[in-house]
Amino acid sequence: MRLSRAARIILSVLVVGVLMVIYLPLFVVFVNSFSASRNLTWPPPGFTLEWWGRAFQSEGALDAVTTSVQVALVATAVSLVLGTLISLALQRYSFFGRDAVSLLVILPIALPGIITGIALNNAFRTVLGIQLSIVTVIVAHATFCIVTVFNNVIARLRRLGTSLEEASADLGAGLWTTFRLITFPQLRSALFAGGLLAFALSFDEIIVTTFTAGSGVKTLPLWILDNLFRPNQAPIVNVIAVVLVLVSIVPIYFAQRIAGAEKVVR
Amino acid sequence: MNRNREPHRARRSSAALAGLAIASVALLTACGTQGAPSSGNATAPAKLGKMEGAVSLLAWPGYVEDGTNDPNVDWVSAFESDTGCTVTSKTFGTSDEAFNLMKTGEYDVISASGDASLRLVAAGDVAPVNTDLIPNYEGIYDFLKMQSWNSVDGVAYGIPHGYGANLLMYNTKVVTPAPTSWDVVFDKSSEYKGDVTAYDSPIYIADAAVYLMAHQPDLGIKNPYALDETQLAAAVDLLKQQRPNIGEYWSDYLKQIQAFETGDTVVGTTWQVIRNSLSEGTSAEVVMPVEGVTGWSDTWMIASQAKHPNCAYAWLNYIASPEANAQATEYFGEAPSNQKACDFTTNPDQCELFHAGDEEYASKIWYWSTPIAECLDGRTDVKCTDYSAWTTAWQEIKG
Amino acid sequence: MTVDAPAQPPLGQHAARAVVSRPRDTTARRGSVFLSKHPRLRLSLLLSAPLFWLGLVYIAALAALLITALWTVDSFTGQISQTWTLDNIITVLTGSLYQTVTVRTLGVAILVTIVDIVIALPFAFYMAKVASPRAQRILVIAVVMPLWASYLVKAYAWRSVLSQDGIFEWLVTPFGGDTPGYGLPATIITLSYLWLPYVILPIYAGLERVPDSLLEASSDLGAGTGATLRLIVLPMIWPAIIAGSIFSFSLSLGDYLAVNIVGGANQLLGNLVFTNVGAANNLPLAAAIALIPIVIIFGYLAVVRRTGALENL
Repeated sequence: MRLSRAARIILSVLVVGVLMVIYLPLFVVFVNSFSASRNLTWPPPGFTLEWWGRAFQSEGALDAVTTSVQVALVATAVSLVLGTLISLALQRYSFFGRDAVSLLVILPIALPGIITGIALNNAFRTVLGIQLSIVTVIVAHATFCIVTVFNNVIARLRRLGTSLEEASADLGAGLWTTFRLITFPQLRSALFAGGLLAFALSFDEIIVTTFTAGSGVKTLPLWILDNLFRPNQAPIVNVIAVVLVLVSIVPIYFAQRIAGAEKVVR
Repeated sequence: MNRNREPHRARRSSAALAGLAIASVALLTACGTQGAPSSGNATAPAKLGKMEGAVSLLAWPGYVEDGTNDPNVDWVSAFESDTGCTVTSKTFGTSDEAFNLMKTGEYDVISASGDASLRLVAAGDVAPVNTDLIPNYEGIYDFLKMQSWNSVDGVAYGIPHGYGANLLMYNTKVVTPAPTSWDVVFDKSSEYKGDVTAYDSPIYIADAAVYLMAHQPDLGIKNPYALDETQLAAAVDLLKQQRPNIGEYWSDYLKQIQAFETGDTVVGTTWQVIRNSLSEGTSAEVVMPVEGVTGWSDTWMIASQAKHPNCAYAWLNYIASPEANAQATEYFGEAPSNQKACDFTTNPDQCELFHAGDEEYASKIWYWSTPIAECLDGRTDVKCTDYSAWTTAWQEIKG
Repeated sequence: MTVDAPAQPPLGQHAARAVVSRPRDTTARRGSVFLSKHPRLRLSLLLSAPLFWLGLVYIAALAALLITALWTVDSFTGQISQTWTLDNIITVLTGSLYQTVTVRTLGVAILVTIVDIVIALPFAFYMAKVASPRAQRILVIAVVMPLWASYLVKAYAWRSVLSQDGIFEWLVTPFGGDTPGYGLPATIITLSYLWLPYVILPIYAGLERVPDSLLEASSDLGAGTGATLRLIVLPMIWPAIIAGSIFSFSLSLGDYLAVNIVGGANQLLGNLVFTNVGAANNLPLAAAIALIPIVIIFGYLAVVRRTGALENL
């Protein structure tokens, strides 16, 4: 598209401006992780590496990260399966109630987290009478992660069409073989992108988790919530945040490469 | 093989599915909510048995430290090696959270503030405590024992942990001359519009009541937790007048520390620990105003359905011992409950700073209690407002 | 459906294609054949697991919660008594507190959505249409990375930025401005910041699907940039914009953490629900209050369904 030079410049300035605003709080977090003040006042009175050292020794933080990773992995796996099933059903078939089902899939993420949280809490504890544990957290997370997988997979399915699968069936392949050798490879990158977003959603989720985690389960956001209350611990929280952001570059980069390889030509 | 390229129509099976779904939903909700597990009228044990090997604690952040947050802060490991009871703990942010968590029945011990303790007793979630089974109970200050918030009808329901007051903190550069009365946050708060702070809990209504006790004596308030309808309405009015001048309400103290340091807040209710945590050079001071203050004295209580009652008693005894009591209360920033704890604090001025053992100071404190319909000041001609009325009022005040 | 092994190829000719062995008649094969002929059964099998999950876990939980709205709670013991009453719902519909807070929350949610869309549109446009492929990748990474810094940490960072001696004040004082401090404007700023990636990504995806050829054709036909954007691009990405708005609108409608951190003394619907579940221990009232955002969101989704936005999330 031919943009006038002025328009191009304005747009570029805007983009740079927005990027700066996006990274301003992260910059504050980064600087605070070295701040000598426990109370995180600005500007920092001095700098120290103490928090970085303590963060890596903090058992509580490392346990919390492990728990979060476990929960996110399982929730992502479950939502990958359920999301794919539902995408196949909704894209390939038309049936009474189809719109209702697609609404149902979106609902866990469209309704505010606190409602999902108290509903699930009430259901687990009073209706079903089970104790809250890591399983209840995983169930809750998987429920709202389904939609991210669903979106990616259904968009991909729409683009793919059914001709390859029909050809495969014409050649004698059974349903599972067709899925395994034809459909799945084509869906792989959509599943990866959806799974990555689901993982990120589950990893950082706090509101629903507050209501569905039992006494022994401390995911990272819960740990952060606990420790932001304690002036002695707050800077460590910043260290954790910085590490997470830096670590996240790797999977996001890979997701981009895979997505880029299959980009629709402009 | 699909010759037909049209998406498949499958009305009947999905209608059946939908019907099944609706039926199961109806079934589940018809079952309704089972009541919470019934908590019996437990009685205190006459003697202790064998340690069970584990105990589950529910406490304010900072009360149960086992070194995972700061390797130097640990009084749990010594307990675990002494008694063989492995400790798992959960923290909560407010008494209300604590009350709800206790109902799950997963915890053996709770450190309850006065605004939760009576509710716990009424709900049957905690059992009376046989203080004869706790040798360290003797060493606790008498003025903390058998008070309205930790005993009912002469029966002890827990042991005191420590105590502190809700004081008035002010920015010495902005609030001059130095205030001696709560009027800077009430009647005179408009001078500091937008920079006043207050504690974010319905229990703060008692602070307004304490103010009214001195400034509107014809209301006849004798106990800030025993307010009848008229008295509550007066307190609510006072707080609604305060509301436009409030910058923020605080419940986690890091917020207040930051706000005072940056100058976003210049005056309001605080805890001593917050003053002590302010960085060097912050121009803020605390004072106990002449009208009196509210405060808190936490009680360690034992669950009525505790799965590990013997380890629970062991914990109560341990945390009341001079050394552990000193460690825990110093870390949190409150006065200890054990008379000998002052010998064990790392900071020699700790006890002075927090007015440990100062009975006069302690007597000016209206400790947090749960407002109940039966007036706490003994009046029988009126019904007092209870905590749920206070909560509704509090939400209306915040607006 | 079988393929017989072909007879020996005629001399001098290569085999036209590889020999495909006859599929074995196993149970799995028979099952597959059976399913191929019964599409409805296939559909049921596909739908059963996810519907069971969503229906049982989610819908049943929601229904149970909403039924609680019709009950009451004994204030001192905290037990729920299952006496049917409409009191809670009436309180919520008529109480001035709830009306005020609802209007305030709606206002915040709408403003946050507008701010996010206004920022996201040019940004996504640059990403999709102007940036080189390498720059595109970098920009996507740059937009998604902040999602990994915890929500709470970011909110507290904004608290620091907007404080009295914070960065914001340092930046605007030369221009005679001042920090808005903690309050509703701060809440709107923080929420807009937090949800921005969720709004940018769908719009970016939508813009990617707009073929360049269309834009070039439009300018070949004489339309200026503005006209092209207004008449060609906007209608095509409208569903994507709505999709992004669903995120920011619903996330703001129920939020109670950010407003606690930067909102000063204000409370939103999420806070009311949270206080009633926690401090007041009044689940029936909390459920009744929760009805408000549920109804609002359902209304919004119903209106929005027709634009096809739901396929663009």
